[in-house]
Amino acid sequence: MTETQAAAEAVSTARPSLLEARDLHVEFASRGRRARAVDGVNLAIGEGEIVALVGESGCGKTTLARTLLGLERPTSGEVRYDGAALDYGSRALKAYRRQVQLVLQDPTGSLNPRHTVYEAVAEGPRIHGLPDEREVVTEALSRAGLRPPDRFFLRYPHELSGGQRQRVVIAGALALNPKVLVADEPVASLDASVRGEILALLLRLREELGLSALVVTHDLGLAWNIADRVAVMYLGRIVESGPVEQVLTAPRHPYTQALMSVLPESPERVVLTGEPPDPTRIPGGCRFHARCQVLASGKAAEAGVDGKCRSELLDVLPAVPGAQAACHYAEVAG
Amino acid sequence: MSLLELDDLSVTYRIASGEVPAVRGVSLTLDSGAALGVAGESGSGKSTLAMALLRLLPRDARVGGRILLDGEDVITMKWGRMRAVRWAEASIVFQGAQHGLNPVRRIGDQIAEPLLVHGLAKPDAARRRVAELLDQVGLPAWRARSYPHELSGGQRQRVMIAMALGCKPRLIIADEPTTALDVMVQAQVLTLIKELVAEQGISLIMISHDLSVLSDVCDRLAVMYAGRLVEHGPSAEVFHDARHPYSRALAAAFPTVGDPVSRLAPKGLGGDPPDPMRLPGGCSFHPRCPVALDECATLDVELWPAGEHHSAACVHVKEREGAQ
Ligand SMILES: Nc1ncnc2c1ncn2[C@@H]1O[C@H](COP(=O)(O)OP(=O)(O)O)[C@@H](O)[C@H]1O
Ligand SMILES: Nc1ncnc2c1ncn2[C@@H]1O[C@H](COP(=O)(O)OP(=O)(O)O)[C@@H](O)[C@H]1O
Ligand code: SF4
Ligand code: SF4
Ligand SMILES: [Mg+2]
Ligand SMILES: [Mg+2]
Repeated sequence: MTETQAAAEAVSTARPSLLEARDLHVEFASRGRRARAVDGVNLAIGEGEIVALVGESGCGKTTLARTLLGLERPTSGEVRYDGAALDYGSRALKAYRRQVQLVLQDPTGSLNPRHTVYEAVAEGPRIHGLPDEREVVTEALSRAGLRPPDRFFLRYPHELSGGQRQRVVIAGALALNPKVLVADEPVASLDASVRGEILALLLRLREELGLSALVVTHDLGLAWNIADRVAVMYLGRIVESGPVEQVLTAPRHPYTQALMSVLPESPERVVLTGEPPDPTRIPGGCRFHARCQVLASGKAAEAGVDGKCRSELLDVLPAVPGAQAACHYAEVAG
Repeated sequence: MSLLELDDLSVTYRIASGEVPAVRGVSLTLDSGAALGVAGESGSGKSTLAMALLRLLPRDARVGGRILLDGEDVITMKWGRMRAVRWAEASIVFQGAQHGLNPVRRIGDQIAEPLLVHGLAKPDAARRRVAELLDQVGLPAWRARSYPHELSGGQRQRVMIAMALGCKPRLIIADEPTTALDVMVQAQVLTLIKELVAEQGISLIMISHDLSVLSDVCDRLAVMYAGRLVEHGPSAEVFHDARHPYSRALAAAFPTVGDPVSRLAPKGLGGDPPDPMRLPGGCSFHPRCPVALDECATLDVELWPAGEHHSAACVHVKEREGAQ
């Protein structure tokens, strides 16, 4: 076991929670219907903890992340930071956004092509009126692994590689000295060889600065690479969560099992059929039942829970660190 | 006989500021019914290689070497013959299906077009063929009347595959067919591609930077770096026991979930891919290579044998195999 691993495991138990979603609902109007993009979520991110939020496209990951950042208002429920409910007043929100920083996917799209690296990283500190701008930018670039920093000051995005651009985006977030990073698909558009470098950077920032992170991804390998805990989302709800070692080696929810089974090299594949979920039409009973392989194979019926699967709603999972799954079958099958 | 044979293929783009050697002396063969994966970072020359096979390169590209498709040289082929080959023998499925479809035409018409244009079917028969093709890629026949925006990303990729299958080609070239797709949709599309290869005996060249995906679908893998082939061998061997340090780095980038070695230990490769206009001397990989020797900066590397049907362009391979 490496030092990083030992350190990570020591802190993974019972950290005080820093950022929290409580019974969070976020709805959008969509062609005359209500899209329940986030439909009852409890999730806590501890100090110095890295949580991976995984699931197919359209299941509400980005909406949940944006709501945690205060960019989207919950329809009901609340976001809590450092023990208090989020204040949506413009001043309070501005202060909050210094603490909890967004790292966007697709660094090409999130950098202004006409701004130099220096200007890109200095933008946040300027908005927040931080002193010693040059020092702040230098330090942030250096922490993000762009060294020596002054060699990058005057470069434009098109003069950088994809990995370097992603580092600039991360440096921009670090310049405000945040406590939490929310990274939405941070490596999805990067090459295989760069991917590991950026992930290692996130781990190092946690180690050096005690940063917490919520990493949104559909890549389970990424969760295995860097996260302490994982939350699996399906159609607006977290359906399984817990320590990465447990959830990703012995998944209990059929949806997690299906996601795991399509990884290359997994022995038996469960390729779910059908469309990505539609949050304007969340099925009754278990929201996964129309695509559930355990129900379709008759295993749920054998266990006597098929009726429940189709008609009985499942409780919203609480924000606890231990492993848990919202599934009638998992409840009886253990 | 092999279906496809590349002999010392090179492609150089000529641009205002000079020459871009995008593919540099690639030789390989593809047997009929076999599936070959081509891996490498962006810029390594994968798409250029794919486009050269069907002569889809821009006019400012200079092509050298030989490309034999079923014994015929593609590079010197007449245009009329080339057009026929493009539909009847080899089709290409491009990266990002979103861009490959015309947004204002129904997908049925788009699938039928090549059949009609090449006189392979009358309108009635073409309609039946479209339904058959949609069925083969797992879409209902009524989807023929849909417009691209009414389909999900995965469904659009299926339509692209249906188009590629239209004229019953013997070879399909799939350039990053699943890169922008979600895990589950990716699995659906890969399953489809595997079935087509197995059931219809179609040969496949699949391009990706994800070795785990390639090794899942393909029998053999070819790894490219800076326009060169740096390793070529059986998929499982290249993925699990790569002999070139660059292939090892690519393979390690996608961890096996459950493997304690990669837990909280992401592996990357430092440095940036080289600019093709300023390639390092010796082994092009030497500035980024974790196991480089002094001689690597000047040594001429070539593919050396690294086991049965396996070769790698690294001095360590040369020395190890040479010593045996
Ligand atoms: N601003 C919006 N207006 C209407 N619908 C939205 C909006 N943002 C997201 N949605 C819908 O909410 C669902 C969840 O989307 P998203 O949070 O982006 O999921 P993910 O990030 O998991 O792909 C999708 O069905 C999406 O179409
Ligand atoms: N039309 C073009 N003109 C000039 N250079 C090009 C052109 N297309 C590709 N290149 C260059 O050729 C090299 C190989 O590109 P490409 O074949 O697209 O690689 P890959 O598909 O592996 O990402 C890159 O350096 C790229 O910038
Ligand atoms: S509750 Fe039933 S339908 Fe839902 S995931 Fe569990 S077994 Fe499947
Ligand atoms: S030849 Fe030298 S630099 Fe090139 S891959 Fe082998 S050890 Fe590394
Ligand atoms: Mg998203
Ligand atoms: Mg390409």
